[in-house]
Amino acid sequence: MLITELKAKETILSLVEGKAFIINCHGCREIRFPEKEADALQQELMAAGKVTGSITTDYICNPENLKLRLEKHAAAIEAADTVLVFSCGVGVQTVAEMFSGKRVCAACDTYALPGFQGVTPLEYDCKQCGECYLNLTGGICPITACSKSLVNGQCGGSKNGKCEVDPDMDCGWERIYQRLKKIGRLDVLKCPVQVRNYATDDEVSK
Amino acid sequence: MRITELFDNGEFVVTAEVGPPKGIHVDHLVEEAKTYLSGITACNVTDNQSSVMRMGSLPACVALKNAGLTPILQLTCRDRNRIALQSELLGAAALGIDNILCLTGDHTKMGDHPGAKPVFDLDSVSLLHTACQLEKGVDLGGNPLVGEPPKFAKGAVVSPCSDSVDAQLAKMERKVMAGAEYFQTQAVFDSEKFIKFMEQAKQFGKPVQLGVIIPKSAGMAKFMNRNVAGVHVPQEMIDALAADKEKAKLGITGVEIAAKIIKECKPYCQGVHIMALGWEAKVPQLLELAGI
Ligand code: SF4
Ligand code: SF4
Repeated sequence: MLITELKAKETILSLVEGKAFIINCHGCREIRFPEKEADALQQELMAAGKVTGSITTDYICNPENLKLRLEKHAAAIEAADTVLVFSCGVGVQTVAEMFSGKRVCAACDTYALPGFQGVTPLEYDCKQCGECYLNLTGGICPITACSKSLVNGQCGGSKNGKCEVDPDMDCGWERIYQRLKKIGRLDVLKCPVQVRNYATDDEVSK
Repeated sequence: MRITELFDNGEFVVTAEVGPPKGIHVDHLVEEAKTYLSGITACNVTDNQSSVMRMGSLPACVALKNAGLTPILQLTCRDRNRIALQSELLGAAALGIDNILCLTGDHTKMGDHPGAKPVFDLDSVSLLHTACQLEKGVDLGGNPLVGEPPKFAKGAVVSPCSDSVDAQLAKMERKVMAGAEYFQTQAVFDSEKFIKFMEQAKQFGKPVQLGVIIPKSAGMAKFMNRNVAGVHVPQEMIDALAADKEKAKLGITGVEIAAKIIKECKPYCQGVHIMALGWEAKVPQLLELAGI
């Protein structure tokens, strides 16, 4: 099972640059989603005139499904500067890939609980690290897309865009760099030094 | 002596790399270093390089120090978590080892124990940050140290000829922000690329040592091109190595190639770092040819 928890309110408010389109995923049954808290925060953003539209749906980790649901919101998404996603890490990655030219932000952290995991498509993976890094990495998960789960940038092992560990795997940090460049957010690479907190990590907390 | 003091004095700093043995005797390592490397500024001692298990870097550093050389402790994040890494740093400082080089480290799968657990609790950036914390008298958990804090010359690495050079520069900047005071580079075989890289890297204001490998043969060069990240030996150098088999066997062609690269890059960097890979004996000749 997974638990998603809202990031700190100040963090979420600081993520919204300009206006936001909001996607809530109430997802699969394996996830506990902080509905009430999310709703209160979104009301606040709406009252401040910072929301172009929102949708509450499920299984956003399925790109086909998500595309269909978002069809009628195309104009509102177009008008938004930020797409703010309230879901597990897989959901955010799916949205970030779909709108790879837009700023897509994770409003939640994803933790693990013993039991089933949600429906995870093969392309995206989330290890429920408990402090979602997607806002610092252009929506590509550094924990699963990098063989060493590095959170402070590329190691010296990338060759021809591939990872030193597996020549069939793209280097996650090369992908992250290229994504950030594409969305004009290379500045996030200047964020403070990240040190992981394994007390909330899947493997340790189990 | 911290090598940052030399950079501060505007000295051109020459370092070379040595690897501890897969065994318990360091005499050979110390003898070689004394014979061939006593003319240079400092010796990097690798930390289970390429994820191949060997004696640790710290005891070999101490042996070199006792022999009158200046060692640089390489420290990777592959095998130890933040507790063990900090503990190692305190131990190093206690033994008078005050030059460090902080690396993420190769993945365990690359070495001779591919089933080992890769740790990577910290990485090169957070390790540099951790060393800075210790210098301030607090550990990474925020707990105070007892007594005088350690003081290190904190180095890091960067790969100027990587095909991901922009991502490398971004990482270099993070390392500087985290406390890196000097850089050693991955081996360079393309002076032009290095000079271009330095145009970007000089904005960070930290001394950079050009990384040099003496190519031993055409076969070795081709192997590196296929397998070593950030290393690309141009075809004309491979041809030169292949053309004169006899000379290449003696190492002369390789030494000439390396010396040429040093000469071309010298005006743009603050030192050289030689990865001799067993050819320590050629280092004096290389430095002479390069005019250092
Ligand atoms: S950074 Fe990756 S592992 Fe951590 S919560 Fe986000 S998607 Fe999941
Ligand atoms: S090569 Fe890229 S994906 Fe592989 S460990 Fe290094 S940074 Fe991570």
